[in-house]
Amino acid sequence: MVGRARRRSRPGGPPQDPPSAARRTGPVRRRAAVAVGLAAALLATTAACGAEEGPPTLTWYINPDAGGQQRIAQECTEAAEGEYRIAVATLPRDANAQREQLARRLAARDASIDLMSLDPPFIPEFANAGFLAEVPDDVAEQASEGVVEGALQGATWEDRLVTIPFWANTQLLWYRTSVAEAAGLDMSEPVTWDQLMEAAASQEVLLGVQGAKAESLTVWINALVASAGGEIVANPEAASDEVELSLDSDAGREAARILQAIGQQGLGGAGLPTADENASLALFQGDRGSFMVNWPFVWTATEGAVEDGSVDQAVLDDIGWAMYPAVAAGSEARPPYGGINLGVGAFSDHPDLALAAALCIVEPERQAAYFVSDGNPPSATAAYEDPEVQEAFPMADLIRQSLEQAAPRPQTPFYNEISAGLQETWHPVGAVAPDRTPRTSGEFITAVLRGEQLL
Amino acid sequence: MSATVPAAQGSRTAEVEPGTGRGRGGRPRRAPRSERARAEARLGWYLAGPAFVVMLAVTLYPILQAFWESLFNYRLTAPEERGFIGFGNYGVILTDPVFWRALGVTTLIMVASVVVELVLGFALALVMHKAIRTFRGLLRTAILVPYGIITVVSAFAWFYAFDISSGYVNRWFEWVPGIDADLNWFASQGTSLFVIIASEVWKTTPFISLLLLAGLAQVPGDLDEAAAVDGATWWQRMRRVTIPNMKAAIMVAVLFRALDAFRIFDNVFIMTNGANGTEVLSLLAYRQSISRLEIGLGSALSVLLFACVIVICVVAIKLFKVDLAGARGER
Repeated sequence: MVGRARRRSRPGGPPQDPPSAARRTGPVRRRAAVAVGLAAALLATTAACGAEEGPPTLTWYINPDAGGQQRIAQECTEAAEGEYRIAVATLPRDANAQREQLARRLAARDASIDLMSLDPPFIPEFANAGFLAEVPDDVAEQASEGVVEGALQGATWEDRLVTIPFWANTQLLWYRTSVAEAAGLDMSEPVTWDQLMEAAASQEVLLGVQGAKAESLTVWINALVASAGGEIVANPEAASDEVELSLDSDAGREAARILQAIGQQGLGGAGLPTADENASLALFQGDRGSFMVNWPFVWTATEGAVEDGSVDQAVLDDIGWAMYPAVAAGSEARPPYGGINLGVGAFSDHPDLALAAALCIVEPERQAAYFVSDGNPPSATAAYEDPEVQEAFPMADLIRQSLEQAAPRPQTPFYNEISAGLQETWHPVGAVAPDRTPRTSGEFITAVLRGEQLL
Repeated sequence: MSATVPAAQGSRTAEVEPGTGRGRGGRPRRAPRSERARAEARLGWYLAGPAFVVMLAVTLYPILQAFWESLFNYRLTAPEERGFIGFGNYGVILTDPVFWRALGVTTLIMVASVVVELVLGFALALVMHKAIRTFRGLLRTAILVPYGIITVVSAFAWFYAFDISSGYVNRWFEWVPGIDADLNWFASQGTSLFVIIASEVWKTTPFISLLLLAGLAQVPGDLDEAAAVDGATWWQRMRRVTIPNMKAAIMVAVLFRALDAFRIFDNVFIMTNGANGTEVLSLLAYRQSISRLEIGLGSALSVLLFACVIVICVVAIKLFKVDLAGARGER
């Protein structure tokens, strides 16, 4: 295509004509050249269209990973035995940027999007805007069989399954066994945030939490509010001017108290206001690492770091894992939920084939292999029984349990505004005030949603 | 001494005057143009016409479209709810402190970076101008390297250099009071803005120095020599001969850089994404139209950004009292 475009522009290029010639014959020659170029381009395009024979090609827009989705696309192309082929197109690395690109394309009714890897928080927005092809009942039934609870919730909008659960992510509490022992914490029992803060303060170590002004901050706030028995949005399915936030509650204030304490006591270190998941991991692997809430990728990442020598084997041996902390003794931990679901583009030319391909992609054995190769946990419970998974991820059963308990982020079509609004008002966490921030952030976000304020 | 240069300047302007002011005034009684002149004018249109049409298509059309969209309440995910609200979006923006704060931060970044760049760029231009011939090529290339780097790449380089977990700046500059291993540059407004402005200065000073070098080259050497013979010191020659004679170049440099700096996006987007009060106007517009998909509100912000750019242009041109066509030698 590039070659074609380049060739087309060359014959019309005025600088090649000597000025005198251009004066007399320039316009005529140029017009002719352009016409010839256009005709050639047209011919080439139609030839390209005609050349597409054989099975239809489905384009799967994927989030960048370690190559696992590309491999699955290959496998399913072979498994389809000529019914369809799957080609992947890679989206940006950042989840928000993925949403932006997909939303813009779908708003322009892009038919090239057959399948897409979607971050769950954005699914309601896409479903509400009519960007997702309907999932028929029989497919929905097949796709929800043997799927962990959190992933099923995340794939649903207005009581219908609108996407196919693929892999499901959750955060665990990772800890340095040596620090936990020194602090006298029994990690076989559920732990609370207050216990972690006390342990970190007494041992003069740092907590690995994500205080950067980014999506990871919303993930943290949501887990805290949910564990305190509250929720961020009272009516997630409401229209934009009717959305009500329920942060101004005991649960909201409790979440604010924990964030404020960690920020003000410096328990997250000087890097807290800019700490994302990778920064937390670096802190955790360092000398002052103690406890960290993070996704399971940290396990494979640390193993890799030990292999290439940047982290000691002793650090890896010292790492333990437990259920995400609860806000108070007796309250249930509500770990974050993430992952990727598969959506079928509403404007796809082959929605039926795309659905068939999606079902092929999410087969439990493929999810298991994907977990082992890319470190992304399966949404299918059966995949956790796989011996290879059990060997590569000794914490696989805990991940599965965590997914059953996980709290999804607010499932509303206006998730982007709510998340960005929270980040605007709850950052930096040291400046959060329990008696003020939950209320003002709610007022701010509702004003933004009513179109009265900028974000 | 002080009489020398204005006179020289006056004579220069006097030379070109008949061609423009008076010439334009006499246009009605102009003699009929020759066949050759008309053919040349026609050729001019043939050559410039397509570019002119393309310019209209890629600049005027989007501007008008943005203005039109800005009058609507329009969210990309809910096209059927699109409704005409007149200047409602402008009302929301202009009454929101977020906008005024972003405007303030943007202006601060613009003024600070342009002032520093102008001083540094002028010094570099002088060095390049005076450098011995053998070093000149090497020196110019070396100075131009930062400008050749893509802004996003340079923003990432600066970000990682100052980042608290991966950066080396804290370690290298530990001896400076206030800098230690625990300084998180991107956690407060002052330090964040410092890094943003510093990276901007590092990246675009070469551009400004190149423009100023072109200006320096235009200053007639005999003026400078004459002033030197009259006993003017280096500073006097600089202030009364060199700088007045390269006013047009300075204005072009300042204007271009000011407009560029006012539209700053990449550095802020990558380093802080607007955290700690570093939100700039472009980022605010990006957030409304690209992240929130609020096309109406985003377009209104873009139109206001455009209006600011026009104001800057007008102010710069009035302030310097320079005729740009004259600076280009178009008479």
